Amino acid sequence: MKKKAAARGATGKVTRGEVEDFLYHEAALLDAWRLDDWLGLLTSDARYFVPSNDRPEADPANTLFTIADDIDRIRGRVTRLKDKSAHAEYPPSRTRRLISNVRVVERNAKELRVESNFAIHRFRRGESIREYVGHYRHLLRVERGRLKIARREAVLDAMELGSMGVVSFIL
Amino acid sequence: MNDRPLVLNDPQAPSFQVNRSSMVDPGILELERRRVFDVCWIYVGHESEVRAPGDFRTRTVCGRPVIFCRDSKNAVRVFLNTCRHRGAMVCREPEGNAKIHTCFYHGWSYDRDGRLDGVPGEKDYPASFKKSDYGLKEAPRVETYRGFVFLNFEPEAMPLEDYLAGAKEYIDLVIDQSPSGQMEVIQGTQEYDIRANWKLLVENSFDDYHLLTTHSTWLNYLKNAGVEMKRPERGHLLPAHGVGKPLGNGHAVIDNVNFRGRPVAKWIPVYGAAAKPEIERIRAELVARLGEARAARVADTNRNLVVFPNLVLNDGSSMTVRTFQPLAPDRMRVSAWALGPKEETPTARAVRLDSFLTFYGPGGFATPDDIEALEAVQSGICATYKEVPWSVMSRGMEKPGEQLNTDELHLRAFWLQWDKLMRAEPRAPG
Ligand code: FES
Ligand SMILES: [Fe+2]
Repeated sequence: MKKKAAARGATGKVTRGEVEDFLYHEAALLDAWRLDDWLGLLTSDARYFVPSNDRPEADPANTLFTIADDIDRIRGRVTRLKDKSAHAEYPPSRTRRLISNVRVVERNAKELRVESNFAIHRFRRGESIREYVGHYRHLLRVERGRLKIARREAVLDAMELGSMGVVSFIL
Repeated sequence: MNDRPLVLNDPQAPSFQVNRSSMVDPGILELERRRVFDVCWIYVGHESEVRAPGDFRTRTVCGRPVIFCRDSKNAVRVFLNTCRHRGAMVCREPEGNAKIHTCFYHGWSYDRDGRLDGVPGEKDYPASFKKSDYGLKEAPRVETYRGFVFLNFEPEAMPLEDYLAGAKEYIDLVIDQSPSGQMEVIQGTQEYDIRANWKLLVENSFDDYHLLTTHSTWLNYLKNAGVEMKRPERGHLLPAHGVGKPLGNGHAVIDNVNFRGRPVAKWIPVYGAAAKPEIERIRAELVARLGEARAARVADTNRNLVVFPNLVLNDGSSMTVRTFQPLAPDRMRVSAWALGPKEETPTARAVRLDSFLTFYGPGGFATPDDIEALEAVQSGICATYKEVPWSVMSRGMEKPGEQLNTDELHLRAFWLQWDKLMRAEPRAPG
């Protein structure tokens, strides 16, 4: 898929199938805790957001979010998560992400806006499952023939975080 | 429970121990509800969350569903959210503005002042039925200190200002961040459960003893981002000096020299070079308004304040208002908000919120590890508290004078007040 996108050199002909493959690949990297490889999928100005549950449509400049990372903070987050002293994720939880209903909702010459649904199950020893359900909003860019993530927003459906507790892993 | 002590305080030994059953036993939570939560001033919300007549928010306070709102004269009111007819929750929306709250079950409706307004088929009630007898019930006492609204279910309770005692000084320091003396809650609520006893979060909220071990990844993040951190001075564990202080009535604070940056007003590289002039401008305003000494007090120290029993104001990397309600002995629900000066510029507001997320909240670089610590404690004690009944809280007990933020005098102050209330006989009914 990467080669095909390279051959076209633009977003115009990126198919939904290619976008789906890309999102599945991202999910597989995160579930496998291959966080450095995951960083490789991001643009150098990428951002990562998890809005507060009661303000899913807001702007992090004027609204308290759960997570609002620029690329430096994303890198810091990965550094932290790879450290055994990130106690909330040590031992690392196991996650399994199901991604579906992938739609390319907008595209221009440089970027694609993609929405998809996710259900992420998180398992820790001796604990009941924690379920994170919601939708992703990805802004994808084609850079040197490859799809890259310029922005990813994980919007949770629950009215409050409640029994999910924390968002200590990468959602 | 009166027959077995839960807090052992022996100033001679010296030793201070807390019985772990107080974090596990359902009977203790039942007693806490009556002897602690129902007689203390409990935080409801901030005035800025309801601004105009009819604005409302529904939330749970002291285990009760309440409507926190503004009435027709724009006064703050707190109604119990239960219909006077047969009890249904009258308002089921989280927030909004309404002239009338209608109970959907049989259609009784209440106006913004809580008066029963409409009763379908009213004429079929007996002649003795008077609508004026059936307004929404209010919390017996509601009082406000500098925008922070509290309720009390004990009608005879002392006034809020007396209750707050030494905590007022620290709330005043928060308010001084605003040129007009008005702080506001910023939209976006962090609401999450912790699988631990609520008192563990009280302890954790101002326990600086755990900072290096629990939050090393956060400290590393700051260092990697270019924040300067000195080696701890002699007798200290942390990069900067800080003290722990009881403030009366179980309230207490840690009061620290700042090394971690503050939106009002101490710039650190994490904020980005572009924000530097803005932070300097805020600093200059502070100095002009308050003078050098007071400005330095506001900007160069940070403080974690516990208002007994369940309100925490963390005036640190940003400003958080955090309250928590016990759901079970081993579970609580936390609600947290960011607070900022009303007149803050968009740039400063963005810095404040960004700085908040470096440390605080369920997706921050520190709070998740705090939560993990509390859950580890709960898991550790829940089945072993009979064999291992006591937790140790004696740091600093032999030191004369000033106690550090890494000592435990302030934690002991909380527990002593808790113990005093739990031992008090409830007032005779009637
Ligand atoms: S319970 Fe509210 S109208 Fe009947
Ligand atoms: Fe902590």
